[in-house]
Amino acid sequence: MLANLPQLIIGLADLAAAFLFLYGLQRMSSPATAPSGILVAGFGMVAAVLASFLYVFSVSAAAQPHLGVNIGLALIALVIGGGLAWLSGKRVAMTAMPQMVALYNGMGGGAAGAIAAVELFGNKTQGATQLLVTLLGALIGAVSLSGSLIAWAKLDGVIKKPVRIKGQQAVNAVAMIAALAVGGVILFVTLGGAPLLLATPTWIYVFFGLALLFGVLMTLPIGGADMPVVISIYNALTGLAVGLEGFVLQNPALMIAGMVVGAAGLLLTLLMAKAMNRSVANVVFTNFGDAPKQVQGAIKGSLRPVEASDAGIAMRYASKVIIVPGYGLAAAQAQQKLYEFVKLLQAARVEVKFAVHPVAGRMPGQMDVLLAEAGVPYDLIFQLEDINDDFAAADVALVIGANDVVNPAARTEKTSPIFGMPILNADKAKQVYVVKRGEGKGYAGIQNALFYGDNCNMVYGDAQAVLVKMIEAVRGLGAAAA
Amino acid sequence: MDVSITMTGFVALYVFMLAAFAGWVIIGHVPAILHTPLMSGSNFVHGIVVVGGLYALLNASTVQEQVIGFVAVLLGAGNAAGGFAVTQRMLAMFQTSEPAPAHAHSHAHTHARVHHLKKKS
Repeated sequence: MLANLPQLIIGLADLAAAFLFLYGLQRMSSPATAPSGILVAGFGMVAAVLASFLYVFSVSAAAQPHLGVNIGLALIALVIGGGLAWLSGKRVAMTAMPQMVALYNGMGGGAAGAIAAVELFGNKTQGATQLLVTLLGALIGAVSLSGSLIAWAKLDGVIKKPVRIKGQQAVNAVAMIAALAVGGVILFVTLGGAPLLLATPTWIYVFFGLALLFGVLMTLPIGGADMPVVISIYNALTGLAVGLEGFVLQNPALMIAGMVVGAAGLLLTLLMAKAMNRSVANVVFTNFGDAPKQVQGAIKGSLRPVEASDAGIAMRYASKVIIVPGYGLAAAQAQQKLYEFVKLLQAARVEVKFAVHPVAGRMPGQMDVLLAEAGVPYDLIFQLEDINDDFAAADVALVIGANDVVNPAARTEKTSPIFGMPILNADKAKQVYVVKRGEGKGYAGIQNALFYGDNCNMVYGDAQAVLVKMIEAVRGLGAAAA
Repeated sequence: MDVSITMTGFVALYVFMLAAFAGWVIIGHVPAILHTPLMSGSNFVHGIVVVGGLYALLNASTVQEQVIGFVAVLLGAGNAAGGFAVTQRMLAMFQTSEPAPAHAHSHAHTHARVHHLKKKS
């Protein structure tokens, strides 16, 4: 019994961790309970990590002489890896959150791949099933690592444009098939076949090399607008890799945590793809991002600019205003100013709501976080399906830094690349103000009929500067009245 | 008492199936407004891979295994610590208009408004 004690404690700690992860994620179903949810999950993680040091009581005879060094290495790795990531996580700007999440995600994939590498090089797996699962986890983990790193580089601006080569898809397919074939060779040789051409460890290096290469090739051509989908996919893949390695290590906590995340990532991937009205395959295998567009029918009418101060005053005397924020707002760092303006409107008894499109931002839900950071209470923030019917009753729709997500072409223009994409019905409001830097097109490079509508006026300028003018105009009214 | 865990074939598949189903249902209930913290939070959850890394490193018997095990723990710890830090930071930003019990948050604002208007008239 006593000899089993470390094993028992590890088992219980892992069980507790698995439960606390599920319970913690469950508490994320409301912004009110979510902060306690992540805390609960954090306790589970700490318990599992501490308990795993009890593995020292059951290490194999071969590892026994190295135990002291290994414990030291483990502590160093925990402190360095955990410490650096903790500090960067505490400091990263909210606008840079997508690339940070991509980076952490790549780390998880890399860790899963590394565990698989230890199993493979040490020839520790037992039987065909375990070996097959190890290889699969290694492949997925490695793809997730290199793919996430490329996603990070793109989001962070290190790689500025999608990189496309001739016959991209054929090259990708060759890399994938080659990786699978090498995996097959490793499987064959390890299970007792004659050595083929190279020694097994060399094959393992080739295997990881091809998997990493595939991750790079797959992510390079994907355009910036598709990043929310890509990040979700890699999140799911890393979860899957962790779950598979959990099976190899016979650790149910890893299996459960990995699979839960895999399912979560898949769900988010599908939601994001739906919000862009595209299939996941379409995102991964075609180059929508910023491919040349077909000529569109000319839009009748003209753009009517208006002064920021006039627009601000008009909203002051409206009774219902809906604000549609887009990534341009965040790019101009104007969220704080926007909320300052909203508070002025609220003080004047104007009902203000925020309408957020699922793909406003570079990852699912990023705009919600950016608004929350600026202090906007979450009960003012509404999602597409909850607010779309309200636009018809709104006096003013204020569109700031958003474009494609309010383009009516998605409803009517069959030839438009965004046809069928769910959009915010800003055009249904009595009056629309669009704050924009210039007359340029949106991320998808499409003309927007909303801007030419009879009920629409353009407010040109940097979002921050425009909002300052609006605030001054409304404040000026108050001063005049008093 | 036997406390060792062995999972083969179908038992593992059942665990995977139930976990995937639970994940799908739980995540399906998370509102879109929390999708970014949800993603970083689930990112944190797969940081549990660090436990597998620790197992590999503590059982390492060659320099190669030590090096790869070290990398596994380093990356896994980064995944877990970073994922937790950003998720906690983001979730702390979500505030409601006024202190209200969790279950009433979606109506709190409208109620306050109606109340206010009544008082005015």
